[in-house]
Amino acid sequence: MPLKLTIVTAQRTVLEQDGVTKLVVPAAEGQITILPGHAALMSSLAIGEMVATAPGGVEPIAIHGGFIQVANNEVSVLADAAERVDQIDLDRAEAARERAQARLQSRDSTLVGGFDVLRAQLALQRSLTRLRVARRRTGGATGVPSQRA
Amino acid sequence: MAGGGQVRAIRDRIKSVASTAKVTRAMELVAASKMRRAQDRAVQARPYAQTMRSVLAQLAGYTAGGDGASLHPLLQSREAKRVAYVHITADRGLAGGLNSNMNRAGASLVLEHQPRVEGIAVISAGRKGRDFFRRSGMAMLADFPELGDFPNFEDVRPIARLIIDEFVAGRVDQVFIGYQRFVNAAIQRPTTRQLLPIVGPADVQTATADFIFEPSPEQLLQTLLPRFVEMQVYEAVLEARASEQSARMVAMRQATDAARDMVTDLTLAYNKARQESITSELLDIVGGTAAIENG
Repeated sequence: MPLKLTIVTAQRTVLEQDGVTKLVVPAAEGQITILPGHAALMSSLAIGEMVATAPGGVEPIAIHGGFIQVANNEVSVLADAAERVDQIDLDRAEAARERAQARLQSRDSTLVGGFDVLRAQLALQRSLTRLRVARRRTGGATGVPSQRA
Repeated sequence: MAGGGQVRAIRDRIKSVASTAKVTRAMELVAASKMRRAQDRAVQARPYAQTMRSVLAQLAGYTAGGDGASLHPLLQSREAKRVAYVHITADRGLAGGLNSNMNRAGASLVLEHQPRVEGIAVISAGRKGRDFFRRSGMAMLADFPELGDFPNFEDVRPIARLIIDEFVAGRVDQVFIGYQRFVNAAIQRPTTRQLLPIVGPADVQTATADFIFEPSPEQLLQTLLPRFVEMQVYEAVLEARASEQSARMVAMRQATDAARDMVTDLTLAYNKARQESITSELLDIVGGTAAIENG
């Protein structure tokens, strides 16, 4: 029996998808793959790319931290933020990446203490995730053609 | 007797009331469309809230045994010496009794706790509530004005961060929140409830499935509980916004109806006054001619 996947954020339901046969998840302690019949699991999530495989195609989703619960072939994702491919603003993500990289490289007085460095690192991580997910649509290096199932 | 002056006065009044009706009608339509959007947002936030509650209830089943305080500071229940109250209202009025009802509910919560605690401070989100508590000379801990008609999660987060920080630092021992709960377009209910310490879910699910936890259940609780507080504040603000727009829509509809009734009444008075003045003019003329003929 395939998985039923629900991804929600505080703002909206991002995805509801039946018939998921494989789900790759950026869990806090490393990437994990969830197949139908997976043991019950609760885990926090890192910033990264989630990939859901269903008969209709492969759906990549950018996940920005949160929580996942797996029980009885039902997967609930409580994401701090989540975007599907068509919800990502490529230009904005690119601009965010440049900004974050510039801040990290400059290492000047604006980066007081570890807090701003951490913030810039997180921003970089988020923008890179968005770019990676978005590039799947345009058939980039990792290009697996995605389809909205 | 009704002269031409009165006729003109009534006519001017009709004009002014009719233009008021136009304004309130426009405001009603704006509020109606904003209400639909605000309501939509409140509904969209529900799946997250529900999932989080059920996850927490399940997690509580695994972490039960240890008392709350040792699990997480946000669960720590202590003697309420200092209390904070988060008061959510609208920034603008023209919403019927919405804001004053909320202020009354907030005041009664404050008055109820005041005799029993050493200090109670208000955190206001919304200008109407801030002005109310400021006038009454309450201690204000913080103010979050201008959240806008459609605030998102990030806009509301600072409120939750503040109360979490205050609570964890031990500067407040108990936190309440008050907002207008959206029941339907016609009914909003002032609601107050406790935010901190987090009250355990009523339906703690006993450990049924054999869950794998990454990291430990205690660490998961660490990340989930602050989110839970943020989510509750966000939910309250969304409810308050949906309530505000619907209350304004209803208030403006009533104002429009009242203005239109007034126009009807005034038009009647206007016609009467006009006819009376014509009649009295005719009487003058008839009386004048009669006097000449008889003379």
